[in-house]
Amino acid sequence: MKKVYGSATEALDGLLFDGMFIAAGGFGLCGIPELLLAAIRDAGTKDLTFASNNAGVDDFGIGILLQTRQVKKMISSYVGENAEFMRQYLSGELELEFNPQGTLAERMRAGGCGIPGFYTKTGVGTVIAEGKEVKNFDGQDYILERGMVADLSIVKAWKADATGNLVFRKTARNFNPPAAMCGKVCVVEVEEIVPVGSLDPDTIHLPGIYVHRIVQGAHEKRIEQRTTRKKEQA
Amino acid sequence: MPWDRNQMAERAAQELQDGMYVNLGIGIPTLVANYVGDKDITLQSENGMLGMGPFPFEGQEDGDLINAGKQTITELPRTAYFDSATSFGMIRGGKIAAAILGAMEVAENGDLANWMIPGKLVKGMGGAMDLVAGVGRVIVVMDHTSKHGESKVLKACTLPLTGKGVVDRIITNLGVFDVVPGGLQIVECAEGVTEDELRAATEATIV
Repeated sequence: MKKVYGSATEALDGLLFDGMFIAAGGFGLCGIPELLLAAIRDAGTKDLTFASNNAGVDDFGIGILLQTRQVKKMISSYVGENAEFMRQYLSGELELEFNPQGTLAERMRAGGCGIPGFYTKTGVGTVIAEGKEVKNFDGQDYILERGMVADLSIVKAWKADATGNLVFRKTARNFNPPAAMCGKVCVVEVEEIVPVGSLDPDTIHLPGIYVHRIVQGAHEKRIEQRTTRKKEQA
Repeated sequence: MPWDRNQMAERAAQELQDGMYVNLGIGIPTLVANYVGDKDITLQSENGMLGMGPFPFEGQEDGDLINAGKQTITELPRTAYFDSATSFGMIRGGKIAAAILGAMEVAENGDLANWMIPGKLVKGMGGAMDLVAGVGRVIVVMDHTSKHGESKVLKACTLPLTGKGVVDRIITNLGVFDVVPGGLQIVECAEGVTEDELRAATEATIV
């Protein structure tokens, strides 16, 4: 089965439709599928719901789709650092569903694993629990959260082989594996496609069974908070 | 003299013991890492890392290596990386011994509010709700009063909660409290702050 495509636009061909639900990997601007997001902007697909931990910044990440008003709803844990997001949200143009970060990650993982719901202590007694089933296990309250299945997953990995086996790099792994798992279709962008057999099978982070399409490209990898220390402090 | 930010961080570092896996929040809690001394502490960054190192030297920043505050950081010989679901599995599963977090408000029953101000500030809870629900011990580090001099250590929180009854210890610029049945117990006063001054600055019930 052919998984490798020549461009992000080709890799998304036939998968996009208005009103669809997309799960995206990344934390802040780290490990985001920047090529696929740009291709979705170029495709002009509208009324999108995104499950993504963050919403990018004004001119990078999911922020570029907010500028073009392609996003109807965000499911996120943290949306600071994006003035356009705040403007659209406060004016009622954009829906927002806050999910605690771990709940969001587990909703993706569970959805990809065939688990329709799970109980968690996170959010008990807060607005997050409103309207959700509460169940007591061994004297402690838990709330029911739903597993999540997306129409499409878009993720970023470091390396892939042509069968879709993936290796991530450092903290750019973050939400990418759970996001990849929860999609009916998963498209991955990588920095490098390596020959089948060159990845050590013991070091593959996500097996190719979760990956349907792959595209290779150059990544900007923008840094959100460049923080350094001085040499003499060492 | 109340404690300054660094003194609060130094005091919070005393809460950490050898061998602990710890998550530090954004702001003053981040400074705690400067005061762990010789203690063998492993810092978790909830975006997917155990064994968080210091900020990089200029020119050595790596866009693939950031902390939960999105700052560039470095790795250590002990570092391990993992995905967000695994990261919050260890948080929710009680494997992290302690979290040191900032707060907007804290209440005498251990309620914590630190994620939103309705109509004003809508940024999100990030991983804070998961942390306070899951880790072994929750230590809050915060200014005792608002800019207008009002107590932020309250009988009941007014802002939307991050967690209900989750706080174990509170470290402010004026002193240290434990959450106990019936209210807060004074553990110590900041140097030069009297117990009377501490009580006067606190809305919460002190037992």
